[in-house]
Amino acid sequence: MATQSPTPGVVPRGARRGWAALPFLTPGTLVLALFVAVPLLLVTSYAFFERGRFGGVVYTFTLDNFVRLADPLYLNVIATSIGTALIVTVLAVALGYPTALVIVRLPPKWRTIALIAVLLPFWTNFLIRTYAWILLLNNAGWINQGLQAVGIIDEPLKMLYTQPAVIIGLLYMYLPLMVLPLYSSLSSQDAQLTEAATNLGSNPFRVFRTITLPLSVPGLLTGCVFVFVPAMSNFVIPELLGGGKTVLIGNLIRDQFLKARDWPFGAALALVLTILLIALIFAQQSASRRVIEGPRERKVKRDA
Amino acid sequence: MRSSRLIRIPFWFTYVFLYLPILVVVIMSFNSSANLFVWKGFSLEWYPTVFANEAVMTGLRNTLIVAASVMVLATLLGTLMAVGIHRYTRGGLVRAFAIAPALLPDLLLAVGLLSLFSLLTVTLGLHSVIIAHVTFAMAFVTAIVLARLASLDPSLEEASRDLGAGAFRTFMRVTLPQLAPGMVAGGLLAFTLSLDEFVIAFFTTAPTTPTLPIAIYSMVRFGVTPEINALATMLLFVSVLAVIGAQRLTRVTDAL
Repeated sequence: MATQSPTPGVVPRGARRGWAALPFLTPGTLVLALFVAVPLLLVTSYAFFERGRFGGVVYTFTLDNFVRLADPLYLNVIATSIGTALIVTVLAVALGYPTALVIVRLPPKWRTIALIAVLLPFWTNFLIRTYAWILLLNNAGWINQGLQAVGIIDEPLKMLYTQPAVIIGLLYMYLPLMVLPLYSSLSSQDAQLTEAATNLGSNPFRVFRTITLPLSVPGLLTGCVFVFVPAMSNFVIPELLGGGKTVLIGNLIRDQFLKARDWPFGAALALVLTILLIALIFAQQSASRRVIEGPRERKVKRDA
Repeated sequence: MRSSRLIRIPFWFTYVFLYLPILVVVIMSFNSSANLFVWKGFSLEWYPTVFANEAVMTGLRNTLIVAASVMVLATLLGTLMAVGIHRYTRGGLVRAFAIAPALLPDLLLAVGLLSLFSLLTVTLGLHSVIIAHVTFAMAFVTAIVLARLASLDPSLEEASRDLGAGAFRTFMRVTLPQLAPGMVAGGLLAFTLSLDEFVIAFFTTAPTTPTLPIAIYSMVRFGVTPEINALATMLLFVSVLAVIGAQRLTRVTDAL
């Protein structure tokens, strides 16, 4: 056995052949511990320290950073971030759900193509995709030109550097992350269920409401988290498409770390963001568990 | 089952929404006018100017160094991790720990790494970006190789051992060749992710070593030019090639 591991220690729980696992698991675990776990713990600890006079961190315990968060100015930023991410998520569901539903029902060959087509923009440079919207939303841009040519508007609409522009940009960025989990959840459904319901006389709407929709809730919730989480912490789109007028929590964190050099306050903001996101993921997990287990039992009882 | 006409409207809207901006950029990259909003005629003049732009070329060189290093390191670490997890762990704990960086908001990882590098007084540069990118790229490789491992037939490895090959030889001659498609797909993905990554690079690089996304960011912030369209079109082309390549090798979508 190739067990020449020089660093004993990190034996994972449930290891079957303890020593043999070390050469495989040690390097990656060390990298993750040093460059993911330690940095996150470090930032968390900074939230409880004082800021140095010229930036940096003074290691004196304080809760001042959290007291400062209660300032209406910052509460407002947090509320705007949640609100913006929420609107983006709702719009992503409105577009993503029907899209996933149609993709699942396409013939297999077209299904793959449609799926890759949703995915492709996601793998293209994210600054370029944001930049494209500057071309479209500009006063002299393509959307205004189109609307004026058709005669819907006389004067160009001011779209760039507004909050709707930020919402469009975020939606554009994260829509594929909604379609994907929805697709995988819808495609794994047992087609016999819907067939049976149709044969027993349910109309398509009822089949959707009582079978397809409830069974897709876990995928839907996963998609919501996938969209909401990055939408909330993005700082580039608010800057490039919002013209810096829509300040989200990501912008604030960036500014504290790179401009104001107030790392402890930036760390406190990052901690708030982390707690919000963890709470969200827990809510999603418990909700999707309840949806999978709960209604089925009730339905069985009612039918019996 | 055929879909009703009504839900085909948002379906088509999604694709128009996803591709309209890309289409505009690609079309305008061939515009002979410097005006970004008026089509004048076909021209390739903006393509050579990209290659004459020093900021872009410096950024490109830095990004290629970073992405290539990340590809090699992430594939190596991610594959080892995946094999280790697949063979030696039962609970989902190690797996969750290994894949978590792929789901972690980039901003949190970025401020964390900046704090760590500053605490350790590490000079920022391309090396710090490489380390930062390896953490999340490795998580993607781990996920893809794990998916590949799950679909492999364990009896091949057992047969190799029964026929007298040692653990190391079995790994090199039996396991690794079977994992190759997953590793290549993971490596390509790591390369593409690093190539495009902005937020973490923005926090962990020095002003003297901008990556390409950082160079693009400064260009876009200081105004839009036809040059960016040409650069964007070339980058789109490269990304599309990489994604199609990875998709053909393994079903990346299934792995995540």
